Amino acid sequence: MYFPISHSHINPVYLVVTGFVIGVLGGFFGVGGSFIAGPALRAMGLDWNFAVGTDLAHIVGKSVVAAKRHRALGNVDLRLGLIMTIGTIGGAELGAQLIQALKRAGNVNFIVSVVSITVYLSISAFMIWESWRTLAKSNGGKLRKRPGAATLKADRSAFMHVTKALQRLRIWPMIRLPTSGVTISFWIIVLVSFIGGLFSGFLGGGAGYIRMPSLVYFLGIPTHLAVGTDLFEIIISAGYGTFTHAIKGNVDILIALVMHTGAAIGAQIGAIATQYFAGPKIRLAFVPLPLIGAAIVIYTLLSGHKL
Amino acid sequence: MIARRKSEGRRTLRAFAIELTLYGLLVTGYFFGVLHFLGNWLVQLETQHIRIYASVAILLIIGQAVMLEAVTTGLLRLLRRGRSE
Repeated sequence: MYFPISHSHINPVYLVVTGFVIGVLGGFFGVGGSFIAGPALRAMGLDWNFAVGTDLAHIVGKSVVAAKRHRALGNVDLRLGLIMTIGTIGGAELGAQLIQALKRAGNVNFIVSVVSITVYLSISAFMIWESWRTLAKSNGGKLRKRPGAATLKADRSAFMHVTKALQRLRIWPMIRLPTSGVTISFWIIVLVSFIGGLFSGFLGGGAGYIRMPSLVYFLGIPTHLAVGTDLFEIIISAGYGTFTHAIKGNVDILIALVMHTGAAIGAQIGAIATQYFAGPKIRLAFVPLPLIGAAIVIYTLLSGHKL
Repeated sequence: MIARRKSEGRRTLRAFAIELTLYGLLVTGYFFGVLHFLGNWLVQLETQHIRIYASVAILLIIGQAVMLEAVTTGLLRLLRRGRSE
Protein backbone atom coordinates (compact mmCIF):
# COMPACT_ATOMS: atom_id res chain seq x y z
CA MET A 1 0.00 0.00 0.00
CA TYR A 2 1.38 3.42 -0.98
CA PHE A 3 1.41 6.15 1.68
CA PRO A 4 1.72 9.47 -0.18
CA ILE A 5 2.61 11.71 2.79
CA SER A 6 5.85 9.86 3.62
CA HIS A 7 6.25 8.50 0.03
CA SER A 8 6.58 4.94 1.34
CA HIS A 9 5.25 1.50 0.39
CA ILE A 10 4.30 -0.56 3.46
CA ASN A 11 2.24 -3.74 3.73
CA PRO A 12 -0.94 -2.76 5.69
CA VAL A 13 -1.13 -6.24 7.29
CA TYR A 14 2.32 -5.66 8.80
CA LEU A 15 1.13 -2.32 10.20
CA VAL A 16 -2.07 -3.81 11.65
CA VAL A 17 -0.20 -6.73 13.29
CA THR A 18 2.47 -4.40 14.73
CA GLY A 19 -0.29 -2.13 16.05
CA PHE A 20 -2.07 -5.13 17.58
CA VAL A 21 1.04 -6.32 19.47
CA ILE A 22 1.81 -2.81 20.76
CA GLY A 23 -1.86 -2.38 21.65
CA VAL A 24 -1.87 -5.49 23.86
CA LEU A 25 1.36 -4.38 25.59
CA GLY A 26 0.06 -0.82 26.05
CA GLY A 27 -3.32 -1.88 27.40
CA PHE A 28 -1.74 -4.30 29.86
CA PHE A 29 1.28 -2.30 31.06
CA GLY A 30 0.21 1.30 30.47
CA VAL A 31 3.08 2.08 28.10
CA GLY A 32 3.09 3.75 24.69
CA GLY A 33 5.30 1.04 23.17
CA SER A 34 7.44 3.46 21.16
CA PHE A 35 10.58 1.37 21.80
CA ILE A 36 9.01 -1.35 19.63
CA ALA A 37 6.87 0.73 17.23
CA GLY A 38 9.71 3.11 16.24
CA PRO A 39 12.14 0.33 15.20
CA ALA A 40 9.24 -1.63 13.58
CA LEU A 41 8.38 1.33 11.33
CA ARG A 42 12.05 1.95 10.64
CA ALA A 43 12.44 -1.70 9.60
CA MET A 44 9.78 -1.10 6.91
CA GLY A 45 11.97 1.61 5.40
CA LEU A 46 10.24 4.64 6.88
CA ASP A 47 12.60 7.57 7.55
CA TRP A 48 13.53 7.95 11.22
CA ASN A 49 11.77 11.34 11.62
CA PHE A 50 8.52 9.89 10.20
CA ALA A 51 8.89 6.77 12.38
CA VAL A 52 9.07 8.90 15.55
CA GLY A 53 6.23 11.32 14.66
CA THR A 54 3.89 8.68 13.19
CA ASP A 55 4.47 6.40 16.16
CA LEU A 56 3.42 9.22 18.52
CA ALA A 57 0.18 9.76 16.56
CA HIS A 58 -0.64 6.04 16.74
CA ILE A 59 0.12 6.07 20.50
CA VAL A 60 -2.52 8.80 21.00
CA GLY A 61 -5.22 6.67 19.36
CA LYS A 62 -4.20 3.46 21.12
CA SER A 63 -4.10 5.21 24.51
CA VAL A 64 -7.60 6.66 23.96
CA VAL A 65 -8.99 3.13 23.45
CA ALA A 66 -7.03 1.59 26.36
CA ALA A 67 -7.76 4.49 28.74
CA LYS A 68 -11.50 4.33 27.90
CA ARG A 69 -11.50 0.62 28.69
CA HIS A 70 -9.51 1.17 31.91
CA ARG A 71 -11.91 3.97 32.90
CA ALA A 72 -14.83 1.56 32.49
CA LEU A 73 -12.96 -0.81 34.84
CA GLY A 74 -12.44 2.03 37.37
CA ASN A 75 -8.67 2.14 36.75
CA VAL A 76 -8.21 5.85 35.89
CA ASP A 77 -7.54 8.60 38.45
CA LEU A 78 -8.53 11.66 36.39
CA ARG A 79 -7.49 14.22 39.02
CA LEU A 80 -4.00 12.69 39.26
CA GLY A 81 -3.71 12.46 35.46
CA LEU A 82 -4.61 16.12 34.97
CA ILE A 83 -2.14 17.35 37.63
CA MET A 84 0.57 15.20 36.07
CA THR A 85 0.24 16.88 32.67
CA ILE A 86 1.75 20.09 34.17
CA GLY A 87 4.99 18.32 35.12
CA THR A 88 5.06 16.12 32.01
CA ILE A 89 4.89 19.01 29.53
CA GLY A 90 7.51 21.01 31.49
CA GLY A 91 9.81 17.97 31.68
CA ALA A 92 9.34 17.11 28.00
CA GLU A 93 10.35 20.66 27.02
CA LEU A 94 13.49 20.51 29.19
CA GLY A 95 14.35 17.05 27.76
CA ALA A 96 14.01 18.40 24.20
CA GLN A 97 16.23 21.39 25.11
CA LEU A 98 18.88 19.02 26.54
CA ILE A 99 18.82 17.08 23.25
CA GLN A 100 19.34 20.34 21.31
CA ALA A 101 22.29 21.27 23.60
CA LEU A 102 23.85 17.82 23.09
CA LYS A 103 23.30 18.12 19.33
CA ARG A 104 25.25 21.39 19.35
CA ALA A 105 28.01 19.70 21.41
CA GLY A 106 28.07 16.92 18.77
CA ASN A 107 27.77 13.84 21.01
CA VAL A 108 24.03 13.36 21.28
CA ASN A 109 23.82 9.75 20.05
CA PHE A 110 26.41 8.33 22.44
CA ILE A 111 25.15 10.15 25.56
CA VAL A 112 21.46 9.39 24.89
CA SER A 113 22.32 5.72 24.26
CA VAL A 114 24.34 5.38 27.49
CA VAL A 115 21.65 7.15 29.56
CA SER A 116 18.86 5.05 28.10
CA ILE A 117 20.72 1.74 28.64
CA THR A 118 21.44 2.73 32.27
CA VAL A 119 17.81 3.77 32.88
CA TYR A 120 16.26 0.69 31.23
CA LEU A 121 18.56 -1.77 33.04
CA SER A 122 18.07 -0.01 36.41
CA ILE A 123 14.26 -0.08 36.08
CA SER A 124 14.27 -3.78 35.17
CA ALA A 125 16.67 -4.75 37.98
CA PHE A 126 14.73 -2.76 40.56
CA MET A 127 11.34 -4.13 39.47
CA ILE A 128 12.58 -7.75 39.51
CA TRP A 129 13.86 -7.25 43.05
CA GLU A 130 10.74 -5.44 44.30
CA SER A 131 7.99 -7.57 42.72
CA TRP A 132 9.81 -10.80 43.60
CA ARG A 133 10.10 -9.72 47.25
CA THR A 134 6.47 -8.58 47.36
CA LEU A 135 5.24 -11.85 45.82
CA ALA A 136 7.36 -13.87 48.27
CA LYS A 137 5.95 -11.92 51.24
CA SER A 138 2.27 -12.16 50.18
CA ASN A 139 1.01 -15.59 51.19
CA GLY A 140 4.04 -17.41 49.91
CA GLY A 141 3.62 -15.90 46.46
CA LYS A 142 -0.08 -16.77 46.12
CA LEU A 143 -2.12 -13.68 45.32
CA ARG A 144 -5.77 -13.65 44.36
CA LYS A 145 -6.30 -14.03 40.62
CA ARG A 146 -9.17 -11.59 40.22
CA PRO A 147 -8.48 -8.52 42.31
CA GLY A 148 -11.56 -6.61 43.38
CA ALA A 149 -11.58 -3.09 44.84
CA ALA A 150 -10.29 -4.29 48.21
CA THR A 151 -7.25 -5.96 46.64
CA LEU A 152 -6.55 -2.87 44.54
CA LYS A 153 -6.31 -0.69 47.64
CA ALA A 154 -4.12 -3.30 49.35
CA ASP A 155 -1.67 -3.48 46.41
CA ARG A 156 1.49 -4.16 48.44
CA SER A 157 5.03 -3.21 47.46
CA ALA A 158 8.40 -4.02 49.06
CA PHE A 159 9.27 -0.33 48.49
CA MET A 160 6.33 0.78 50.67
CA HIS A 161 8.53 2.45 53.36
CA VAL A 162 9.80 5.02 50.82
CA THR A 163 6.27 5.57 49.45
CA LYS A 164 4.94 6.16 52.99
CA ALA A 165 7.79 8.59 53.76
CA LEU A 166 6.94 10.61 50.63
CA GLN A 167 3.23 10.61 51.52
CA ARG A 168 4.10 11.93 55.02
CA LEU A 169 5.84 15.02 53.57
CA ARG A 170 3.31 17.82 54.25
CA ILE A 171 4.27 20.39 51.61
CA TRP A 172 1.29 22.64 50.83
CA PRO A 173 -0.95 22.15 48.86
CA MET A 174 -1.84 18.56 49.75
CA ILE A 175 -3.92 16.75 47.13
CA ARG A 176 -6.52 14.11 48.05
CA LEU A 177 -6.88 11.39 45.43
CA PRO A 178 -9.98 9.44 46.54
CA THR A 179 -9.90 7.12 43.51
CA SER A 180 -6.38 5.96 44.39
CA GLY A 181 -6.92 6.24 48.16
CA VAL A 182 -3.87 8.50 48.53
CA THR A 183 -3.20 12.00 49.92
CA ILE A 184 0.09 13.50 48.74
CA SER A 185 1.75 16.86 48.12
CA PHE A 186 0.99 18.53 44.78
CA TRP A 187 4.74 19.14 44.35
CA ILE A 188 5.65 15.47 44.64
CA ILE A 189 3.13 14.63 41.89
CA VAL A 190 4.55 17.41 39.69
CA LEU A 191 8.15 16.29 40.40
CA VAL A 192 7.41 12.64 39.51
CA SER A 193 5.61 13.64 36.29
CA PHE A 194 8.36 16.15 35.49
CA ILE A 195 10.95 13.33 35.62
CA GLY A 196 8.71 11.19 33.36
CA GLY A 197 8.38 14.11 30.93
CA LEU A 198 12.13 14.74 31.03
CA PHE A 199 12.82 11.15 29.94
CA SER A 200 10.07 11.40 27.32
CA GLY A 201 11.68 14.52 25.81
CA PHE A 202 15.22 13.17 26.19
CA LEU A 203 14.79 9.54 25.10
CA GLY A 204 11.62 9.90 22.98
CA GLY A 205 8.24 8.17 23.19
CA GLY A 206 5.72 8.41 26.00
CA ALA A 207 8.15 7.26 28.78
CA GLY A 208 5.48 4.98 30.27
CA TYR A 209 8.33 2.58 31.23
CA ILE A 210 9.44 5.12 33.84
CA ARG A 211 6.10 6.80 34.69
CA MET A 212 4.11 3.66 35.50
CA PRO A 213 6.67 2.34 38.04
CA SER A 214 7.10 5.88 39.49
CA LEU A 215 3.34 6.13 40.12
CA VAL A 216 3.44 2.84 42.04
CA TYR A 217 6.69 3.28 43.98
CA PHE A 218 6.81 7.03 44.68
CA LEU A 219 3.15 8.07 44.84
CA GLY A 220 1.75 4.77 46.18
CA ILE A 221 -0.86 4.40 43.41
CA PRO A 222 -2.20 0.80 43.09
CA THR A 223 -0.72 -0.89 39.99
CA HIS A 224 -4.03 -1.22 38.08
CA LEU A 225 -4.76 2.49 38.62
CA ALA A 226 -1.17 3.40 37.70
CA VAL A 227 -1.59 1.59 34.35
CA GLY A 228 -4.92 3.32 33.56
CA THR A 229 -3.83 6.77 34.74
CA ASP A 230 -0.54 6.53 32.85
CA LEU A 231 -2.49 5.78 29.65
CA PHE A 232 -4.73 8.80 30.23
CA GLU A 233 -1.64 10.94 30.77
CA ILE A 234 0.00 9.53 27.61
CA ILE A 235 -2.98 10.77 25.54
CA ILE A 236 -2.09 14.34 26.55
CA SER A 237 1.71 14.09 26.35
CA ALA A 238 1.73 12.08 23.08
CA GLY A 239 -0.97 14.41 21.67
CA TYR A 240 1.28 17.38 22.36
CA GLY A 241 4.23 15.49 20.79
CA THR A 242 2.15 14.57 17.73
CA PHE A 243 1.17 18.19 17.13
CA THR A 244 4.75 19.50 17.39
CA HIS A 245 6.07 16.70 15.14
CA ALA A 246 3.21 17.19 12.63
CA ILE A 247 4.01 20.87 12.12
CA LYS A 248 7.63 19.85 11.43
CA GLY A 249 6.33 17.45 8.73
CA ASN A 250 7.19 14.26 10.65
CA VAL A 251 3.74 12.62 10.82
CA ASP A 252 2.16 10.37 8.19
CA ILE A 253 -1.30 10.16 9.69
CA LEU A 254 -2.47 7.57 7.14
CA ILE A 255 0.13 5.07 8.44
CA ALA A 256 -0.90 5.88 12.03
CA LEU A 257 -4.59 5.30 11.19
CA VAL A 258 -3.89 1.90 9.61
CA MET A 259 -1.64 0.84 12.52
CA HIS A 260 -4.26 1.95 14.96
CA THR A 261 -6.93 -0.40 13.58
CA GLY A 262 -4.86 -3.28 15.02
CA ALA A 263 -3.92 -1.39 18.16
CA ALA A 264 -7.57 -0.59 18.98
CA ILE A 265 -8.48 -4.24 19.47
CA GLY A 266 -5.11 -5.14 21.06
CA ALA A 267 -5.43 -2.34 23.62
CA GLN A 268 -8.85 -3.59 24.70
CA ILE A 269 -7.54 -7.14 25.14
CA GLY A 270 -4.55 -5.84 27.16
CA ALA A 271 -6.75 -3.66 29.38
CA ILE A 272 -9.22 -6.47 30.10
CA ALA A 273 -6.32 -8.87 30.84
CA THR A 274 -5.15 -6.66 33.78
CA GLN A 275 -8.26 -7.83 35.69
CA TYR A 276 -6.84 -11.34 35.90
CA PHE A 277 -3.47 -10.40 37.41
CA ALA A 278 -2.48 -8.97 40.80
CA GLY A 279 -0.30 -5.80 40.98
CA PRO A 280 3.08 -7.43 41.74
CA LYS A 281 2.57 -9.95 38.92
CA ILE A 282 1.88 -7.14 36.44
CA ARG A 283 5.04 -5.38 37.68
CA LEU A 284 7.11 -8.57 37.32
CA ALA A 285 5.75 -9.15 33.79
CA PHE A 286 6.67 -5.51 32.97
CA VAL A 287 10.41 -6.27 33.47
CA PRO A 288 11.20 -7.51 29.89
CA LEU A 289 9.92 -4.27 28.31
CA PRO A 290 12.78 -1.98 29.41
CA LEU A 291 15.18 -4.89 28.67
CA ILE A 292 13.92 -4.99 25.05
CA GLY A 293 14.46 -1.22 24.89
CA ALA A 294 18.02 -1.65 26.25
CA ALA A 295 18.77 -4.47 23.77
CA ILE A 296 17.64 -2.28 20.84
CA VAL A 297 19.83 0.63 21.98
CA ILE A 298 22.87 -1.66 22.57
CA TYR A 299 22.41 -3.15 19.08
CA THR A 300 22.17 0.33 17.56
CA LEU A 301 25.26 1.50 19.46
CA LEU A 302 27.40 -1.53 18.55
CA SER A 303 26.33 -2.01 14.93
CA GLY A 304 25.90 1.62 13.96
CA HIS A 305 22.54 0.69 12.33
CA LYS A 306 19.30 2.19 13.49
CA LEU A 307 16.69 -0.53 13.88
CA MET B 1 -15.52 -28.02 37.36
CA ILE B 2 -12.55 -28.32 34.99
CA ALA B 3 -14.84 -29.39 32.15
CA ARG B 4 -17.08 -26.32 32.74
CA ARG B 5 -14.04 -24.04 32.73
CA LYS B 6 -12.81 -25.64 29.51
CA SER B 7 -16.14 -25.17 27.74
CA GLU B 8 -16.31 -21.55 29.01
CA GLY B 9 -12.81 -20.94 27.66
CA ARG B 10 -13.76 -22.50 24.32
CA ARG B 11 -16.88 -20.28 24.10
CA THR B 12 -14.82 -17.16 24.90
CA LEU B 13 -12.29 -18.10 22.21
CA ARG B 14 -15.07 -18.71 19.67
CA ALA B 15 -16.67 -15.34 20.50
CA PHE B 16 -13.28 -13.69 20.16
CA ALA B 17 -12.66 -15.35 16.78
CA ILE B 18 -16.08 -14.17 15.50
CA GLU B 19 -15.36 -10.68 16.81
CA LEU B 20 -11.97 -10.61 15.06
CA THR B 21 -13.53 -11.78 11.75
CA LEU B 22 -16.29 -9.15 11.87
CA TYR B 23 -13.81 -6.50 12.94
CA GLY B 24 -11.42 -7.52 10.12
CA LEU B 25 -14.21 -7.15 7.54
CA LEU B 26 -15.21 -3.74 8.87
CA VAL B 27 -11.59 -2.54 8.95
CA THR B 28 -10.92 -3.76 5.39
CA GLY B 29 -13.98 -1.82 4.17
CA TYR B 30 -12.73 1.17 6.08
CA PHE B 31 -9.27 0.97 4.43
CA PHE B 32 -10.64 0.95 0.93
CA GLY B 33 -13.43 3.43 1.60
CA VAL B 34 -12.39 6.18 3.99
CA LEU B 35 -8.57 6.10 3.82
CA HIS B 36 -8.54 6.00 0.01
CA PHE B 37 -10.68 9.16 -0.24
CA LEU B 38 -8.89 10.93 2.62
CA GLY B 39 -5.42 10.34 1.11
CA ASN B 40 -5.32 13.10 -1.52
CA TRP B 41 -6.98 15.68 0.71
CA LEU B 42 -4.49 15.00 3.55
CA VAL B 43 -1.48 15.24 1.20
CA GLN B 44 -2.72 18.64 -0.04
CA LEU B 45 -3.32 19.80 3.51
CA GLU B 46 0.15 18.63 4.61
CA THR B 47 1.92 20.53 1.82
CA GLN B 48 -0.17 23.73 1.94
CA HIS B 49 -1.51 24.19 5.51
CA ILE B 50 0.75 22.28 7.89
CA ARG B 51 -0.85 23.65 11.10
CA ILE B 52 -4.34 22.64 9.96
CA TYR B 53 -2.91 19.25 8.97
CA ALA B 54 -1.45 18.82 12.49
CA SER B 55 -4.83 19.61 14.09
CA VAL B 56 -6.75 17.39 11.64
CA ALA B 57 -4.25 14.54 12.27
CA ILE B 58 -4.95 14.59 16.02
CA LEU B 59 -8.72 14.87 15.49
CA LEU B 60 -8.65 11.96 13.02
CA ILE B 61 -6.72 9.60 15.28
CA ILE B 62 -8.87 10.44 18.32
CA GLY B 63 -12.06 10.17 16.23
CA GLN B 64 -10.98 6.79 14.88
CA ALA B 65 -10.09 5.62 18.41
CA VAL B 66 -13.53 6.55 19.76
CA MET B 67 -15.26 4.98 16.75
CA LEU B 68 -13.29 1.70 16.84
CA GLU B 69 -13.75 1.44 20.61
CA ALA B 70 -17.51 1.78 20.10
CA VAL B 71 -17.43 -0.82 17.28
CA THR B 72 -15.50 -3.41 19.33
CA THR B 73 -17.64 -2.80 22.44
CA GLY B 74 -20.80 -3.09 20.31
CA LEU B 75 -19.56 -6.32 18.70
CA LEU B 76 -18.72 -7.83 22.10
CA ARG B 77 -22.16 -6.89 23.44
CA LEU B 78 -23.87 -8.33 20.35
CA LEU B 79 -21.96 -11.61 20.65
CA ARG B 80 -22.66 -11.87 24.39
CA ARG B 81 -26.41 -11.30 23.79
CA GLY B 82 -26.35 -13.91 21.02
CA ARG B 83 -24.73 -16.40 23.39
CA SER B 84 -27.24 -15.88 26.21
CA GLU B 85 -30.30 -16.26 23.92
